[in-house]
Amino acid sequence: MAELGLRLTLTFIQIAVIVLIVIVTVLLLTLAERKVLGWMQDRMGPMEVGPYGSLQPFADAIKLFFKEDIVPAGANKLLFTVAPLLALIPAFIGFAVIPWGPDLTFEFDGLTMKPFIISDINIGILYILAFASIGAYGIILGGWASNSKYSLLGGLRSAAQIISYELNIGLAIIGVLIMAGSLSLVKITGAQSGWFWNWYVFAFPAPQIFALVVYVISAVAETNRVPFDLPEAESELVAGFFTEYSGLRFAFFYLAEYANMVLVSCVASAMFLGGWNAPYPGTILDLLGLSSLAWIENTMWFAFKTYSFLFLFFWLRATLPRLRYDQLMRFGWKVMLPIALANIVVTSIAVYLFPKG
Amino acid sequence: MAQLFFGYFAGVIAITSVLVVALRNPVYSALSLLIMFFHVAGLYVTLHAEFLAAVQIIVYAGAILVLYLFVVMLLNVKQDDRYHGQWRIAAFVCVPLLLELLVLLASGGAAQSGLLPAQTAADTADNTLAIGTTLFSTYLFPFEVASLILLVAMIGAIILAKRDFPERGEM
Repeated sequence: MAELGLRLTLTFIQIAVIVLIVIVTVLLLTLAERKVLGWMQDRMGPMEVGPYGSLQPFADAIKLFFKEDIVPAGANKLLFTVAPLLALIPAFIGFAVIPWGPDLTFEFDGLTMKPFIISDINIGILYILAFASIGAYGIILGGWASNSKYSLLGGLRSAAQIISYELNIGLAIIGVLIMAGSLSLVKITGAQSGWFWNWYVFAFPAPQIFALVVYVISAVAETNRVPFDLPEAESELVAGFFTEYSGLRFAFFYLAEYANMVLVSCVASAMFLGGWNAPYPGTILDLLGLSSLAWIENTMWFAFKTYSFLFLFFWLRATLPRLRYDQLMRFGWKVMLPIALANIVVTSIAVYLFPKG
Repeated sequence: MAQLFFGYFAGVIAITSVLVVALRNPVYSALSLLIMFFHVAGLYVTLHAEFLAAVQIIVYAGAILVLYLFVVMLLNVKQDDRYHGQWRIAAFVCVPLLLELLVLLASGGAAQSGLLPAQTAADTADNTLAIGTTLFSTYLFPFEVASLILLVAMIGAIILAKRDFPERGEM
């Protein structure tokens, strides 16, 4: 019983640390997004709070906490309250299977644990997909429970969009799964060690470049970001499914959107760009004789890759106009889906012709 | 421990299944169906069928039920419209099921011993690998037939939805 208690304690510490990291990343992102957008559009971005606007996220958080929490008349109170949580929890729960660093084990009082992953389950990537699909409920129910036509239309649009593009995400990563022969993110990243041409974007025999492009575009669509932000298109739907939300509940939706961005970026870097592997074999700190600190370099590489994807999100937002709804659907089903399917066929044939040594 | 988890999952599945048909608001019905799908997935996990559990959530909770919700919301069903006094049909279905249950309970010991070995065999191997090899070797033909049936259904749906009725258009 004591062993179970200790294991639970260690796991809870891991969960707390990772949730903290994700929330800090989200805070950073809210500032970074406005700064990056500002620079790209030749303006300053937030400058007033703190030096160079650096305390802006805290000001926003405090504002959202103390704002009046309005439940519209005629709204379904129960679902109106549950919906933000249904959006937030699936966004965070996926981080449990992301490998943040090398696959080390760590002895603590007779217990072995893996410090850089909460749970190394053998269906890791399916687990993430499963909970990503649950995130749609928060949006649909939020739109429905608000009892407002703009919210409802935003929610329904989002449902259709998420279902269509989730399919493409699932199909895009199948190529990687075929090459790795595993569903576990730990094994997938582990198989990409060595030089950067071992990463699955470049790897022999079937480079997954097309899959990466399909994945990134679909991920942008699934997180409702520009240019696929139709569920919250201001010019048509006020603010989409969270039109009626204010205060802390609005903050939950906001947090969920950004946490989802972080999650899809983590998955992209783990599956296509080698995860925590450096682009060269081993680590520099290891060569310098500091092998006990090598994990720092690895986790930094993972952070760098993830943040590069997040930067891409901002870049797209600054560059591209919003798609029309029929264009969005046609693009998803008639362009992305055939590319993803063709990628699976080509990868399967290539892996069959050149089996792993 | 396993008994405890089974009891919890089975209990919630039973309660939410009843709620799906008993609740008056169709959105609440859909939500209790969602909770039920999750607990069925939990039951699969306790049986070491993790792949099946994930697929259960992705397919049923993530895709099919979202479409149900979609339809319920678009149709905006009034709360009592669905009830048309179907107790005769219900009784017709339920009485044989109840009898079957009683028969199964009466011969409970024999049925249980038949189920146990298969369960322990699946414990050790890589679950996803096992499903894949079985599906593509032993059950290859049924698998292909199933995919063909799905393809036919898909094409049928597209034809039904996309057919523009020329004779009606001219009238």
